[in-house]
Amino acid sequence: MDQVVLMQGNEACVEGAIAAGMRLFAGYPITPSTEIAELSAYRLPQVGGKFIQMEDEIASIACAIGGSVAGVKSMTATSGPGFSLKQENLGYACLAEIPLVVVDVQRMGPSTGMPTSPSQGDVMMARWGTHGDHPIIVISPSSVTEAYYQTIRAFNLSERYRTPVIFLMDEIIGHLREGMQMKEAEDITIVNRPTVQFPDPKRKPYHMNEKKGQMVPQMAPFGCGQRYNITGLIHDESGFPTNSTEEAEKLMYRLMHKISDNYKDIVRYEQVNMDDADVAIVCYGGTMRAAQTAMEMARAKGVRCGIFRPVTIWPFPERELTAALGGLKKIVVAEHNCGQIVLEVERLTRGACPVAFVGKYNGAVITPQEILQKVEEA
Amino acid sequence: MTVKKELILNPNWCKGCGICAAFCPKGALEIVNDKVQRVKDAECVLCGQCELRCPDYAIYINEEEPEGDANQWIKSY
Amino acid sequence: MKVNTGDVNAASRTKQMSNLIYKYMRPEHLPQIWCPGCGNGIIMRDVAQAIENLGLSRNQTVIVSGIGCSSRAAGYMDFNTIHTTHGRAIAFATGIKLANPELEVIVIAGDGDISAIGGNHLIHAARRNIGLTVVVMNNSTYGMTGGQYSPTTPTNAYGTTAPYGNLDRSFDIAGLAYGAGASYAARGSAYHVQQTIGLIQDGIRNKGFSIIDVASICPTYYGRKNKKGDAVEMMKWQRDHGVTVEQAAKMDPEQLKDKLVIGLLHHAQYPEFTYKYDMLIKKLAEEREANE
Repeated sequence: MDQVVLMQGNEACVEGAIAAGMRLFAGYPITPSTEIAELSAYRLPQVGGKFIQMEDEIASIACAIGGSVAGVKSMTATSGPGFSLKQENLGYACLAEIPLVVVDVQRMGPSTGMPTSPSQGDVMMARWGTHGDHPIIVISPSSVTEAYYQTIRAFNLSERYRTPVIFLMDEIIGHLREGMQMKEAEDITIVNRPTVQFPDPKRKPYHMNEKKGQMVPQMAPFGCGQRYNITGLIHDESGFPTNSTEEAEKLMYRLMHKISDNYKDIVRYEQVNMDDADVAIVCYGGTMRAAQTAMEMARAKGVRCGIFRPVTIWPFPERELTAALGGLKKIVVAEHNCGQIVLEVERLTRGACPVAFVGKYNGAVITPQEILQKVEEA
Repeated sequence: MTVKKELILNPNWCKGCGICAAFCPKGALEIVNDKVQRVKDAECVLCGQCELRCPDYAIYINEEEPEGDANQWIKSY
Repeated sequence: MKVNTGDVNAASRTKQMSNLIYKYMRPEHLPQIWCPGCGNGIIMRDVAQAIENLGLSRNQTVIVSGIGCSSRAAGYMDFNTIHTTHGRAIAFATGIKLANPELEVIVIAGDGDISAIGGNHLIHAARRNIGLTVVVMNNSTYGMTGGQYSPTTPTNAYGTTAPYGNLDRSFDIAGLAYGAGASYAARGSAYHVQQTIGLIQDGIRNKGFSIIDVASICPTYYGRKNKKGDAVEMMKWQRDHGVTVEQAAKMDPEQLKDKLVIGLLHHAQYPEFTYKYDMLIKKLAEEREANE
């Protein structure tokens, strides 16, 4: 039977990760994500997993990648300043195709900013932070329950596509305590990475059966008997570096397309009262809480208002938002920054519908009234 | 039964740095046109000093059981 | 020979390379990209010889490298190999060891990689005494980028970024790791092959964190910039200036000024990190069982 428990967003993230099979966490203390490290330190040895507090943020992600290479589902967690530091190795995991979950509990920035104040200022960094073109999956939860289940999904996607997944929380959800529904373990779907069944050192580690449409190579955990080379250099299917532009294009194409071609599996969104909506509020993460109230207030005043909320921020649910545009007279984008997702929404609407913006970047939360005001403005 | 020892040079891997020749106790090696070769008539005592210090693995002492030895396969694996 | 090393078949191997190279390297990727006379090739062979002497399983051995000339070693060696990001080899290696303590994890790194950008990871892995063996190819310069001064470039020596001589003082990497808590610290050199192989062997055998700082030679950049002569001259310098730890103990600082002290600097038994963690897991499981 499902049980209801009182839990904090950060704690739900750890419990979700453990349910998903995380058995190694490498972290470094940073507000407002520290509870994730603390609970991991307490919980992991209880389930036969390992926690390690590394010397810095860079070491934390490097250690988590190492754990994953050895075949153990691994995670690291941080906030803005630490997320900046992790970017180089995030790109390494993208190129070398190492499954990994990186949690960023956003706080107000730039720089040290306001460590205990909410923000959603890392949305574009999550997409483009590491250098070079790269694929990425970014998920943003807007409740404690979602923090739990979407962390499981983050692991599942990262394993299925052999790619790092960024779990982009904000201080609002990270530190929020509320009741959550916890399913029985057997009701949760767990995905494990495609793994080599018969280790053979002659096998090309990044070889795929293209005729079968395979886009993700099978992984061999270190020590399984298939010796191979992993590198952050552009490599061919043998795993060794190459300067061939042809091979570079082939690899880059596959890395990008293993995500974009699986849009339906990866992208999740929520629509509330969008069927008859004239005005849509677009928001994500903790901002959803104010948007929900604003929508109810607007409806009470007779404004047909709905909410479109991406759960997967990257890839952005662009097909669904574009499809919803038809009946809309206005879109109001609400986010805790100077305007990041609003750029994506403007790009997608192409002027078909006016886009208004509610942004807050002073460390305070957006109130329902502020959103309502924009909804009501003609 | 004696193991057959032999000095082998691999010019394809030799970069001509000269370390092997410099540290050969018998002066049995020289670099000609950027490649290692045996000094004519000089004695090689198969000491293996060259092999230890060749950065490119282009020189070594090959050890082989004499051919036709019934135990060859057992011995070498 | 039934050794399987990828694409090279037994026929093409004949009289191409020694059994050691055939067994532990990936010959299809040789000769390596290192410059003529680079000491790194010698040190890489030392590592292979130490592994051979210990009889380690290739499938259970991991070679981790960072970025720079030294980091290319991972690609040439036929083990589970991972070429990571600049300075982070030890941090990656920590994750691998922690996830699977059964694996023998060896880090091959350069002086800039391990003591400048990766200095923090070095001291903390040493403090943690996690069971890694770090072999440093210490050539006192940043070779891959063309000869800039590194943390082990001596004061007043030249580099492309020290055109008037290096103002910094230099690190003693083995001493640094020892000071930070490493349970095994030693120094070898490209010239002192037999000693270095023995030191690497003992380092691998040590359960905790081991570091073997091996003086390499870079005739292309460091040698040329500092008028140290060619590879042969640089090797001769190591031969003529190398003293053992025992000899050094009897010498005064003035005599030791231009000496290269070779040998075991420190060895002590502290509990190893992953072992302690496994004991913790066991203890918690036993407590849980007792409570049920």
